[in-house]
Parts: sequence; C-alpha cells; structure tokens
Amino acid sequence: MSQFVYVYRQSERPPSSPQQMQERLERWTTWLRNLQESKHLVDRGLPLEWSGGAVVRNRKGSISDGPYAESKDIVMGFSLIEAKDLAEAVSLAQGCPALDGAGLVEVRPVMSLP
Amino acid sequence: MNLDDALFRRESTRLVAALARAFGVHRLALIEDAVQETLTRAYQSWSFSSVPAHHSALLMTSARNRVLDALRHERAVRNLAPELQHRAEESEEPEVIHEELFLPAALRDNELRMMFTCCNPRVPEDVQVALILSLLCGFGAGEIAGAFLVTEAAVAKRLSRGKSALAKSRRLFDLEASDFGARLEVVHRALYLLFSEGYHGAGVHAVLRPDLCTEALRLVRLLAERPPGTTPATHALAALMCLHAARIPARLDGDGELLDLFAQDRSSWDPALIDEGLLHLEQSASGENLTRYHLEAAIAAHHALAADAGQTRWTEILHLYDQLLRLEPSPVVALNRAIALAQVEGPEAGLQALRAVPDSDRLAHYPFYPAALGELELRRGNLEEARLQLRAAHELARNDGERRFLLRRIAQCTSLGGAGSPKQRLNRAAP
Repeated sequence: MSQFVYVYRQSERPPSSPQQMQERLERWTTWLRNLQESKHLVDRGLPLEWSGGAVVRNRKGSISDGPYAESKDIVMGFSLIEAKDLAEAVSLAQGCPALDGAGLVEVRPVMSLP
Repeated sequence: MNLDDALFRRESTRLVAALARAFGVHRLALIEDAVQETLTRAYQSWSFSSVPAHHSALLMTSARNRVLDALRHERAVRNLAPELQHRAEESEEPEVIHEELFLPAALRDNELRMMFTCCNPRVPEDVQVALILSLLCGFGAGEIAGAFLVTEAAVAKRLSRGKSALAKSRRLFDLEASDFGARLEVVHRALYLLFSEGYHGAGVHAVLRPDLCTEALRLVRLLAERPPGTTPATHALAALMCLHAARIPARLDGDGELLDLFAQDRSSWDPALIDEGLLHLEQSASGENLTRYHLEAAIAAHHALAADAGQTRWTEILHLYDQLLRLEPSPVVALNRAIALAQVEGPEAGLQALRAVPDSDRLAHYPFYPAALGELELRRGNLEEARLQLRAAHELARNDGERRFLLRRIAQCTSLGGAGSPKQRLNRAAP
C-alpha cells in the first residue's frame, strides 16, 4: 500500500443556496465515510481558509496576500489516503464531490523513504 | 449523524429572523450576506469533520459576530469620509445586544414577526410569497424560480423589490400592533397561495411541489400554535392544508403518474394529517367569521371521510361550493362546483353549469376547464366531443405529468369507441 495526498483545489467559491450547501456537505460526508469504511482514509485532513493568509517569497519581509500560487485554483483542503497504486488513488478520487463544481483533485504520492 | 433534510434552510431562516429583529430590517442585505458567509464556512468545515452537536448555537454566535464586524467596518468607513457624516449621524446608534432575542425561546417569535413582515400589503402577493420562500423557507432564487415556472432573473427582481420595500422599516412587524388583524389576513392569503402553488402548481420538473406544501404547512402550524395567531380562520386554513396534504401520497401512482380524486387509493391518504386537519376544523368552528378557508376545509373533510367517490356526500359538498361561490366568486370555484353538481344531478347538469361559468374566458389557459368538459362528455357517452375537449386540455397542459394524464384519458375515449356502453365503465371527473 502507498500513501497519497489529495489536494482539493477550486477556482472560486460558488454562490450556493442553503439547500445546495447541505447537498454538498452530504456528498462530502458520504465520500469521506466511504473512503474510511473501505480503509483508504488515513487522515481526513483539514479545510483551509479562502483568504486571510499570506505568501512568503523571500526573507526581506516581503509578503503578499495571494494569489497563493500562479494557478487560479486555490487549495481548499487536503486529505491523506492509502491506495494500492496511483491508478487506484486516481480512481477513488474520481468520486470526489469537488469534481461536481468547478474544482479538481490533485493526487500526489507521498514520498517513501529510500 | 443523520442530518435534518432541511437543516441549512432552517438555520438560514432562524439566523436571518433573529438578526433582523436584533439589528433592524433596514440591514437585511448586510444580514443576509453575513448569514450566507457563516453557512458557507460551516458546510466547508463540516465537510471535513462532522456537524457539531451544538451547531445552532455556534452558527448564531458566528453570524452575529459577522454582523457586528460589518457594522463596525461600516462605521469606520464613515468616519474616514467626513462628507458622509450626516448619514453617519442618522444611523449612529449603539449596538445594544439583546441576548434574549437569540435564545431558543425567542426563535418562534422571530420567525412569526418575519412572516408578518414579509406579508407587507404594500408589495404584491407574488412578491410576498417570494419573500416568504426566501426569508422563511431559506430557498434560493433558482429554487423559487423552478417552483413557479419563471426565470431566475424574474425571481431575483421580485426579491430585490420586496427586500427593498421591507428595508424601509427598521423593525420587524410587532405582533402586538393594532393592525395585527388586518395583517393576519394578508398572511393567510400568502400562505394559502404558497400551498396552492405546491398543490396545483405548474412546476415543470415535478407535478407536485410537496416542498412548498410542507413549508406552507409548517408556517401555518407555527401561526396556529399560540395567540395572537390562533384565530378560527388560522385553524380553518391549517385544516384545509392538512386535509389536502393528506392526499399527496395518493396523487401519483407507482409509475409517477397523476391520479384524479376518483382513482386514488384512499388507503394511502395520510391518517395523521387527516386527524390533525379534523382537529383544526373543529377548532375553527367559533366566532362569526365564516371564511373561504372554513368552506374549503369542510369540502376537503367530506372527501377525507368518504370511503370512496360513490359514498361521498356530494349534496353537502355542492351546498358548500354554493356558499363558497357567494363568498369568493371565481371561475375556478364555479368549475369545481359544476363537477360536484354533476355528481349530484348527473353529467348533463354538470355540463350546463360548466358552460355557464361566469368569466370562463379567464379559464382560457386553464387545462382543467376543457378537461372537465371532456370528462363529463365522456361520462355522458359523447365520445367525439369528449375527445375534442380532452385534446384541447392537452394543448393547454403545463407539464408532462398533466400531458400524460390527459393522453391516457384520450386513449380511453378511443378504446371505448368500439366497446359497449361507456356509461357502465366510467365514473370519473376531473382531478
């Protein structure tokens, strides 16, 4: 088994009605619970704030508030999962609710010790 | 943890009502932004953890702090811009936080006040209903548009028009105000429209919009719970909603097809709602004021208590429709009366009454007018005319459910064409 980090990215926070928020919440809860029940979830991870952070680019006290990266997609959270190989990790990620909106999931293998 | 299906909508309503009561209706836009932000953060954060046990209190505190921050920010901006000073003085007021307004005990009052605020007689009824759906039911503009077969932009316009009218007053409607009684009638009317839209509406995606009925029922129960809303008319309205809602499970068959009253499986009517409706009907029988809600509830009660269409007390129903027609002369009431008359005196009399419906041109787009003509012609054995009328109804049908319903009736005309006596096989009328 190898470990992977799912990095959830999204370009914008979609305006939603309360009902849509609830539906999204339920899709996320179900998805993470399924990962947990199939023993793929190592750590569900944490959601990140959309704003209010900083980017440190050098040691001279020059920081900016973002965008956090060149990419338009902001990291909105991450989880640590376990899968047989990249193919399995990718196929599990295809069920992620982030894909229902304007989001994407980056699947990054955790580096194993040599 | 199993979530309440409407948890976010309910929280949204609760938050907006409490904050509008505490900080003033003139800050509705700012309050709605704060609530939106609070709920958005909640769902994102709960997606990774779980919904905390005391979520309601957490949301209330968080939304309240957001409003306070926004107000502090507004004030700071004003102080930086002296030319706006006169406006600052106008609205400068200390933010006294009335803690008790945020306690669970106040929630019902907050919502009731909001309900009366939305039913502002200065805004048209369709705007009142849109406001109720937005502020008291937590629906988004897109969802409201879907229920009313209008564009989202049209709903957004209604809402912004309504909200700016509300924002002219600072306080939510006071339930002790002297014009409570007059406002209560407007509230009844708006809740009645909300329910009717769910029950008879033309929403494309669902033949019925049970959500709208559920919401109207929830709000009328809130109103009927204790004074000053507990009037005979409120009970009558609650009775008519319960007794109609009881039939919702039977209005679609196993394949999702519409069934008329005559074809419904009455064993699937909801007995708890029937009991609740009858109890409200009993409680509505006091005072001198006979409203349309009393009469409609009484008609619904006759249907609810009858074992089948044949054992329904049509003579009493006809009598109630006569009273209703005097109280509320409308072509739709006249149409329903004609159907009842056909049950009492036969299709011939029903057809005559249908053709004599005053202002029947107002029914020109209502599919159930030609549908009723078609059904009675069919019952009379006049298949050719029945087919014509049902086809006309099909042309006017507002959604696929209605279209399929009418196509099935047209097909029956055709299949009866070659069969023996149609009268023996048919005992139906329009839904």
